[in-house]
Amino acid sequence: MLGEGILKGLAETAKNFFGSYFFAERLTTVEYPEERIAPIEAARVFPFLVYDVENRDGGGPEWEAGLRCVACQICEKECPPKCIYIEKSKDKKLDYLGKAQYYPAKFDIDISVCMSCQICVEVCPFEAIKMDTAFELSTTDRFGDLLLDREQLAKPNEHYHKIHPTEAAAVDAHRAEEKMKADAKAKSAAEAAAAKGETGKMEVKPAGAGA
Amino acid sequence: MTVAGAVRKQLPVGWNRPVPIEPEGEGELLEVAMGPHHPSTHGVFRMDVALDGERVIRLKPVFGYLHRNHEKIAEGISYLASMPYTDRLDYVCPITNNWAYALAVEKLTGQTVPERAEYLRVILGELTRFQNHASSIGFFIQEMGASGTPLMYAFREREKILDLFEELTGARMMVNYMRFGGCRVDATPAWLDHTRKVVAGLSAFVDEFEQLLRTNEILMVRTQGVGILTAELAVNAGITGPMLRASGVNYDIRKVDKYGIYDRFDFRVPLGDHGDIYDRFMIRLLEMRESIKILEQALKDIPGGPVMDPKAKIRGFRPKPGEAYGRIEAPKGELGFYLISDGGPNPYRYRVRPPSLVNLTVLEDMCLGHGIADVVLIFGSVDIVLGEVDR
Amino acid sequence: MFENLFDHLDQIFVLLKQVLVGVLPAAWQPVASVVLCVVVIIGLFPALFALAVLLERKGLGRIQNRLGPNRVGPFGILQPIADGVKSLTKEDIVPISADWIVHFLAPVVLVVAVFMGFAVLPMGRNMVLVDMDAGLLFYFAIGASTELAIFMAGWSSRNKYSLLGAMRAVAQMISYEVPLLMSSVTVVMMTGSLSLTKIVAAQNHYTYGLPHWFIFTPWGFAGFFMYAIATTAETNRSPFDLPEGESELVAGYHTEYSGFKFALFFLGEYLAMFSISGMGATLFLGGWTAPLSILTWVPSWIWFFSKLMLSIFVFIWLRGTLPRLRQDQLMNFAWKFILPLCLLNLVVAGIWRFMGDGWLRWVVCSAILILAYLVMGRWGMRRQHIAPRSYRYAE
Repeated sequence: MLGEGILKGLAETAKNFFGSYFFAERLTTVEYPEERIAPIEAARVFPFLVYDVENRDGGGPEWEAGLRCVACQICEKECPPKCIYIEKSKDKKLDYLGKAQYYPAKFDIDISVCMSCQICVEVCPFEAIKMDTAFELSTTDRFGDLLLDREQLAKPNEHYHKIHPTEAAAVDAHRAEEKMKADAKAKSAAEAAAAKGETGKMEVKPAGAGA
Repeated sequence: MTVAGAVRKQLPVGWNRPVPIEPEGEGELLEVAMGPHHPSTHGVFRMDVALDGERVIRLKPVFGYLHRNHEKIAEGISYLASMPYTDRLDYVCPITNNWAYALAVEKLTGQTVPERAEYLRVILGELTRFQNHASSIGFFIQEMGASGTPLMYAFREREKILDLFEELTGARMMVNYMRFGGCRVDATPAWLDHTRKVVAGLSAFVDEFEQLLRTNEILMVRTQGVGILTAELAVNAGITGPMLRASGVNYDIRKVDKYGIYDRFDFRVPLGDHGDIYDRFMIRLLEMRESIKILEQALKDIPGGPVMDPKAKIRGFRPKPGEAYGRIEAPKGELGFYLISDGGPNPYRYRVRPPSLVNLTVLEDMCLGHGIADVVLIFGSVDIVLGEVDR
Repeated sequence: MFENLFDHLDQIFVLLKQVLVGVLPAAWQPVASVVLCVVVIIGLFPALFALAVLLERKGLGRIQNRLGPNRVGPFGILQPIADGVKSLTKEDIVPISADWIVHFLAPVVLVVAVFMGFAVLPMGRNMVLVDMDAGLLFYFAIGASTELAIFMAGWSSRNKYSLLGAMRAVAQMISYEVPLLMSSVTVVMMTGSLSLTKIVAAQNHYTYGLPHWFIFTPWGFAGFFMYAIATTAETNRSPFDLPEGESELVAGYHTEYSGFKFALFFLGEYLAMFSISGMGATLFLGGWTAPLSILTWVPSWIWFFSKLMLSIFVFIWLRGTLPRLRQDQLMNFAWKFILPLCLLNLVVAGIWRFMGDGWLRWVVCSAILILAYLVMGRWGMRRQHIAPRSYRYAE
């Protein structure tokens, strides 16, 4: 019959019209900004630098002293659009395993260039840079506000736990394991040195950076 | 739509081919530029059309408005760093772009991919195909004037699929998920359950979609017999994808190359007989159903194990000198990457074979003799994405 | 006691008018009565237009699984005010080579012609502005002059594409005038009068509680169906809205209009929709009569406006579902399908009238119409090789 297809189409539309009053899946509007969708854990927007409150060596503000980044510049090299700019420091600090490492004197990310590919996170050997989830970053300053420096990028480990709980727990477990291994190695090295009875070489290797 | 028109007696300079069809009568030819601002847009694209009354006499597609130097950039950065750029080629289907590139590099280096990674690739690839075909049909009907209703239904389903992508890879569209030798991140059992739930609902959606569209008389009257592409011309012009199969040629790279693990899945390839617009969009609808079949099988059989080749290097990746061409059946056609390596960390030559660009070459042949109102529909049925055409 | 109350409710506007006009001296009363009614019509229908525009956007939204506008006022009811203010404050651009007098007059002619059509619609019991003996004729004569306004708009813009769009729109409207009129002629045949009040009165009878609306007869049903299609085409609504389709080359006859003039075109189109739906309700759906005899206590003007709003909902529903027909296809449809069916409907109406009462005439008339529809439909589609297809799969 001519018109049958049209009638079927009309029936379909009517079903959606009346369904939108009764069924949630037929009305998909989320009235942002009053309503928001639940954030998904794995979401990634722009990178940030993680700092640990308890591992600090030296003075200075908390975020600077506890930065995990050791300025190895691997993320700078691997970044596809080259939006990271790092300057190494001249001196070294101790990290959570007790090794002396450089730290970044400058660490700039231009988020107007960053394409959220998270290759920097993938290649970082020190779990120092992770992806943040904040996306309401509009600003009227075209150049300055979109170039984030070290201080703006540094966020504490608990922030990382808040936005990516599973990942952060895994990272913390891994770091604790590494620390245990390093402690065990240091202890066995100290015992070996004591057993060999080398006098005069009373090197005090701290088992870990003190709190 | 710019309506800058000029009326001429002969064709403008630069249109070198002889006139394929003669204008009737001795009126002047009306030359109109449709684009680059289109209401029914698939991106920034221009068509210079010469009309005799309402009939199209010549049509010249003009693109390049979205050229972003993708291939040249790739020569300056490492292989891994090109992966996020491939997301942005056919930006509606980033997973399949990643997959084609990963396949090309794996051919270059001879890496193998673990089983679980192959299954994940198939699952994500078929989800991508589903949402691409749904959006393509939706946009096509929107251009026909149905005020966007089927488009909204298609996007409702697409949102569910994009949520799945975000849970797994971190981003809805620019996923950057495939790696050379596997996938970046393993899928949790929770994600697989969520995927099974979503896939269970897709069949009902395709039924609804089909009911809305397949027997609609107005749709049939506007699309049947319009924009016919003969099988011979399609094969000669290198057309691939649903356009080719709608013209009746049985060529699906998933069946021909059997890349990945596609030979383990039981799915059929629908073929059309007439090669007109109706066939093309019905083939896409039927392929959506086949994708659901593949998804159900893959989700049932997915094994455990690693998702990344343990010997694969992320940094310092220097393939031996050589060349490779890796191709897949992307939702729009054959997407291929041709790589030449000279042993360094960056490719020597990186070339993308975009299906949309090759499919566009027959636009004029399909539009000749039709009215200007049909040109928009024929163009929509080719299903292009300018990111791919222009790279 | 209640019948008296509902009677008064039914005639409340008439009584109100009498009270207001009674204040004036006797010599002025007829004029004042007419002027008052005119003012009410000019105030009411644009308000209804604002409501319809909002309902359209919200209705389309709900069909598409989304909310319509809901930011301006609760449920978006102040959205038409925002739209009105926007259109009033836009710059009024007149192309320099355009014929500015005709360019200015075109929307005015459209709106005036459409308003004049409301004069003969019976909106309730005793609620007609002018009770003409040839009301139907007057209505269609005035309605045809809306096409003049469209052509004026296209011509005066001095724009090749506007002119093309205007010519297409006028061709479409002229083609669909014929089925529109022919389906109303069957009603005239039955009632023997061109007067709209008499047509409504002819439908104001009930048998077993069911009304004698003309739509419940075979010829009336077919007539209503064709009247509805012709109406959709006359008012340039989807699926016949190619003249104003945005994804086509020609942007339409109102390309060169901006600001308030454009809003007037829009107003004119919607008012035409109301008035032609009102006419359809009068001819086929019994005008202001109630659908069941037990419901006659509800005021008549409520029934009339409900039928009007129902038609508007159906228009919105069609717009949200159907794609557009191409120009040549819609002309083909009018001349080769609708018109023959209309002529057949005239014959069937004649058969109905002269066969006398009884079940036989129902069977005969319905059979003729259904058979004709099926045969013509199938033959028409088959001739163009249009059919749903099934697909084969590769081995």
